[in-house]
Amino acid sequence: MREISTRTITDKVRELCIKAAYDLPEDVEVLLKQGLEKEESDFGKYSLDKIIKNVSLARHDNVPMCQDTGITVILVRLGQQVKIVGGSMTEAINEGVRQGYTDGYLRKSVVADPLLNRVNTGDNTPAVIHTEVVEGDQLHIQILPKGAGSENMGAVKMCKPSEGIEGVMDFIVDSVTNAGGNPCPPIIVGVGIGGTMDQCTLLAKKALARHAGSSHPEQGYAEMEQQLLERINRLGIGPQGFGGRVTALAVHIETFPTHIAMLPVCVTLNCHAARHTEATL
Amino acid sequence: MAEQKALTIPLTHDQVKDLRAGDLVTITGTIYTARDAAHKNMTEALSAGEALPMDVTDQVIYYAGPTPAKPGRVIGSCGPTTSGRMDAYSPALLAEGLRGMIGKGPRSPEVIEAMKQHGAVYFAAVGGAAAVISDSINKVDVVAYEELGPEAIRKMEVVDYPCVVAIDSLGNDLYKLGVEKYKQTEPTSS
Repeated sequence: MREISTRTITDKVRELCIKAAYDLPEDVEVLLKQGLEKEESDFGKYSLDKIIKNVSLARHDNVPMCQDTGITVILVRLGQQVKIVGGSMTEAINEGVRQGYTDGYLRKSVVADPLLNRVNTGDNTPAVIHTEVVEGDQLHIQILPKGAGSENMGAVKMCKPSEGIEGVMDFIVDSVTNAGGNPCPPIIVGVGIGGTMDQCTLLAKKALARHAGSSHPEQGYAEMEQQLLERINRLGIGPQGFGGRVTALAVHIETFPTHIAMLPVCVTLNCHAARHTEATL
Repeated sequence: MAEQKALTIPLTHDQVKDLRAGDLVTITGTIYTARDAAHKNMTEALSAGEALPMDVTDQVIYYAGPTPAKPGRVIGSCGPTTSGRMDAYSPALLAEGLRGMIGKGPRSPEVIEAMKQHGAVYFAAVGGAAAVISDSINKVDVVAYEELGPEAIRKMEVVDYPCVVAIDSLGNDLYKLGVEKYKQTEPTSS
């Protein structure tokens, strides 16, 4: 067994939370710059120009690129040969979030109860943590601060198997149409297909964690991603919803086997500030 | 692109009636931040016959919840939040004389109708461009609901804050007009 201390986990999560807020990964920035080249509308170009300048300024000044520094979604892959020492892994992760959001001057946006008592917890905890046990002796941590403006526009549909590829694609495109200018386009569209209702939503989140603009390894799904991107960019929504060609930067699909009677589909949208950081311990 | 118009607060009805969807503007003066929970508190106060924490006549409300200010800075990052969440509350504030709103994303038909009725305008700032936008903010004070943290009402002095007129007082809506202009039909399969 390889030992990893909770202190190491806390320090790494703290660092990743701050980095995610200040420093947009290059994969997304490249797509934004390509978008500016493609965009035809004046307001679309105006918005993309401001967005790209904002990314540079945030990185240079070490300040958050967006005031919504998100609810902290954390994808953990825990090697089964790892022994966590010094306490609870969940608490160590939440302590990292607490320290990162406080020390990094990030906005604390989490309320303790969703409905009856919406009081801010004051430290952005608890994080939303998904842990998967895998082979090996490493601990992989991926952090996706998720802004609410785009998250609120997501959708799940339990499609009938008979709806097939066309039904699934129509649902995805309709979800983006309904979201319009709300999720701060140009967006990255995360799609989960398969599993159960709960699992397809997690697949969609994992799709957002992928290298922006990468393709599904299976040709059929890679083609669907490309067709969806083209259809979405014909909608005319454009950057910020002011009209234009660049509504989405990428569509990512993740899949899982499902039941003979089911075809669950989840669409999770990410704004242009598609923040994602990761580290392997 | 349209020529940029400089606006100062208080924003009079005369200033607003000449603005058209698609105009680029800069805003200078005092504006108030208020978002979800603050709007809920304000409309509950109005329903109970109580006064609002500030006089909204000819004022502009900015839908925003900034990040905390780093030492030596006036404010943290402060971009616009999704305006649609305020739709349920805005008609009551427009009836009180609120002249302008700044946010991002489309508004409901009810809000647009109230804007036409009372002569108000809706500005959009670039969502997410929070670090750039913060450069236009010179002074910030919490004026109400401090317990709401990022959702407290803040009074801000802004200079040349850049916005787009998204919906004007006649109901012209850039979110509809812009999308209609660039929407392409699906290629027909042969």
